[in-house]
Amino acid sequence: MIRPHRSHPLWIAFILHRISGVVLALFLPIHFYVLSLALTDPTALDGFLRFSDLFVVKILETVLVLLLAVHLFGGLRLMAMELLPWTNWQKSLAASSIALGSAVACLFFLKVV
Amino acid sequence: MTDSNTETLNVSVWRGDASGGQFRDYQVPVQENQTVLDVVTWIQQKIDDTLSYRFACRVGMCGSCAMTVNGEPRWTCRTHVNRVTQSSSLEIGPLRNLPVIKDLTTDMDPFFDKWTKAGGTHRASRSRNDGMVPVDPASKERMIASEGIECINCAVCYAACDTVAANPQYLGPASLQRAWTLVNDEKHDDRSAVLRAVAAEGGCYNCHSHGSCTRYCPVELNPMKAVAGLKRTTVAKLWGK
Ligand code: SF4
Ligand code: SF4
Ligand code: FES
Repeated sequence: MIRPHRSHPLWIAFILHRISGVVLALFLPIHFYVLSLALTDPTALDGFLRFSDLFVVKILETVLVLLLAVHLFGGLRLMAMELLPWTNWQKSLAASSIALGSAVACLFFLKVV
Repeated sequence: MTDSNTETLNVSVWRGDASGGQFRDYQVPVQENQTVLDVVTWIQQKIDDTLSYRFACRVGMCGSCAMTVNGEPRWTCRTHVNRVTQSSSLEIGPLRNLPVIKDLTTDMDPFFDKWTKAGGTHRASRSRNDGMVPVDPASKERMIASEGIECINCAVCYAACDTVAANPQYLGPASLQRAWTLVNDEKHDDRSAVLRAVAAEGGCYNCHSHGSCTRYCPVELNPMKAVAGLKRTTVAKLWGK
């Protein structure tokens, strides 16, 4: 359970940024490994690509895109907050970055399915 | 206020010292306009006079009465019981992130040591013989400094900050906000020393901008904004601006 002092929008934005960052850090090495198969083992790559056609894998991919997009827009928000003149609508900006990230993930899902 | 009211509050109060402790339950009569500090005082005066806690002004000026109330850091003299509890139960503990001395009293030394470490000691840019530095209250710098000077040193923000909890070296929101007021204070000598202090290990770059400090500051200051100001200014300095 989220402890009482953490249940506010900017803390939620923080934890989403942290979780998406960790998941992306785990994902990237796997991603590069799969790409490297194109050079080292094309048959294995073909097998993997067939596997990635499965519906559940598409869902997982969408989740990845969601995390990537949320991390991207959240990161831009943080950089703007720390490097540009202060704005008072931090909560709205955090909500917008999550909304933008979700919109990108929805578009991706509609495109791949 | 009368004691004849039969409605009671179930209050769990943390009892113990630096070596450990536990919550103990007390029944306290409900009174109109009762603050959390009133509840603690009632327990100490009517049930157990060994209960230790700290307060002074009772009007939100001195910053000495902060405790953890139902999991959240609060100034207890200005926190009405009915604002923090829907049911009739209340859990009161010492502030987080500070060593406990006894019961609800914490040792504030680490908190104030960090004020000094963040360059928070005022160093006058002139001696008494030089006359005052003229400060225009409407200047941009002065307005920025003024935003942070009403801090009552209550450590509520410090207790709310998860970065302090994870990294005991972190200077924390209050001392960094103090540093930010000095960086913008024309009367302060060697303001770049303050910037160096806050950019060192444990300084402003540790802040994760979750804003719990700002969310809980009882006098509605914005330490998160002050820390962002320090980050921006120290980074700009790196680029020679
Ligand atoms: S915004 Fe920074 S100072 Fe405030 S609670 Fe978060 S880490 Fe602490
Ligand atoms: S910034 Fe606010 S919460 Fe923090 S010590 Fe000052 S008054 Fe208390
Ligand atoms: S007793 Fe002084 S602020 Fe609460």
